[in-house]
Amino acid sequence: MLADYGAGNTRSVCAALARAGAEPVVSTEPAEIREAPLVVIAGVGHVASAARGLAPVEEALRQRVTAGRPILGICVGMQLLFEESDEGGRGLGLLAGPVRRLEARRVPHMGWNALAPARDSRLLDGLEGEDVYFAHSFAVEPFGDVAIAHVDHEGAVVAAIESGSLAGVQFHPERSGAAGARLLENALAWSRSA
Amino acid sequence: MVKKRLIPCLDVAGGRVVKGVRFESLRDVGDPVELAERYSELGADELVFLDIAASIEGRGPILELVERAAECLTVPFTAGGGVARLEDARALLRAGADKVAINRAAVDDPSLLARLADEFGSQAVVCAVDSRRGEVVTHGGRNGRGLGTVEWAREAVRRGAGELLVTSIDADGTRDGYDLELTGAIAAAVRVPVIASGGAGQASHLADAFAVGAEAALVASIVHERPERLRELKAELKEAGWAVRI
Repeated sequence: MLADYGAGNTRSVCAALARAGAEPVVSTEPAEIREAPLVVIAGVGHVASAARGLAPVEEALRQRVTAGRPILGICVGMQLLFEESDEGGRGLGLLAGPVRRLEARRVPHMGWNALAPARDSRLLDGLEGEDVYFAHSFAVEPFGDVAIAHVDHEGAVVAAIESGSLAGVQFHPERSGAAGARLLENALAWSRSA
Repeated sequence: MVKKRLIPCLDVAGGRVVKGVRFESLRDVGDPVELAERYSELGADELVFLDIAASIEGRGPILELVERAAECLTVPFTAGGGVARLEDARALLRAGADKVAINRAAVDDPSLLARLADEFGSQAVVCAVDSRRGEVVTHGGRNGRGLGTVEWAREAVRRGAGELLVTSIDADGTRDGYDLELTGAIAAAVRVPVIASGGAGQASHLADAFAVGAEAALVASIVHERPERLRELKAELKEAGWAVRI
């Protein structure tokens, strides 16, 4: 199930999820978003316009979290799980911590970069050291121990998080070749047991 | 550390791939999505589709192509060519392009870059800058704009471009190497990634572009002739000590 809020990469995320063995449905229907086995918030774009787009299903997402059903955020979709963003605008605040502008010689952080796992997680099974594709100028800075992988862009940047039934990746699995496919397969397995 | 990228560029017209030498004498070289998938298998880090006939033929063929590419490809791609308005960019991104390339429309109206960045995020906005002897040119290199290329590059980034695709019309199609003076000057002047374009003939040319600060290198004719060349180029760059994705 993909929460549809006008994100540009809906088509490619759907195609990638289908390749990973899911039957993706794009929806803005609150009941569907509450009940689906897994909700993916696929995101590109400006966090403020993404948050606006997501507003109609926000309540359904909160009920989903209360019920402990899994959500996977991708890129801006992960940033939306957190709190205020340097980009302007605010996420859902389901996880604690801000979204900060990257400090590096080159921003956006654009291209393939290796995942460095921070702790064991079935989401990242088989992905240690694999190159995945990033395209972002902002990154989450979680309070608490939710980061499961970092990436080096003149310092450690959070690349993936997991906390209870919430997971997120800053990179684009739908655009990360075989490694991205593996992440989505892992995410489907995780969602079945989350 | 983020890897240096190799980006095959597919110039498309009427739904087919073509490649001009010095932007003239087009030769038909194949189906865009088929070729793109082949490059993806051979290690392309990204792809670019440039619709060089967009203003003549309308936008139908490129949108259909972008939709197909979005479903088939597992690496990112940029679509561009004739993007004149916010709505053109929205259509390409909605169809599944990861980024859009803006060229002439940004020179005509730099505020378009800011509007695109506000709407889609600057990571989705590539400003394509064509240069001849240090001057910005548009219309496939035919029209000089009386604007210094480095000055325009700074302005484009200030307005919201998240990446610059810098093509030297002087070097394009020559296979004598990228315009290192231009590439280096722009890479030093801005803080977004710069993609060198125009003139690649061998691995050392890509290495030279990386050495002057390019984050990525566009390749066209050298790989269109023989796609396996892409894999070889990456192997040669790795051998030479560059961080590339193998």
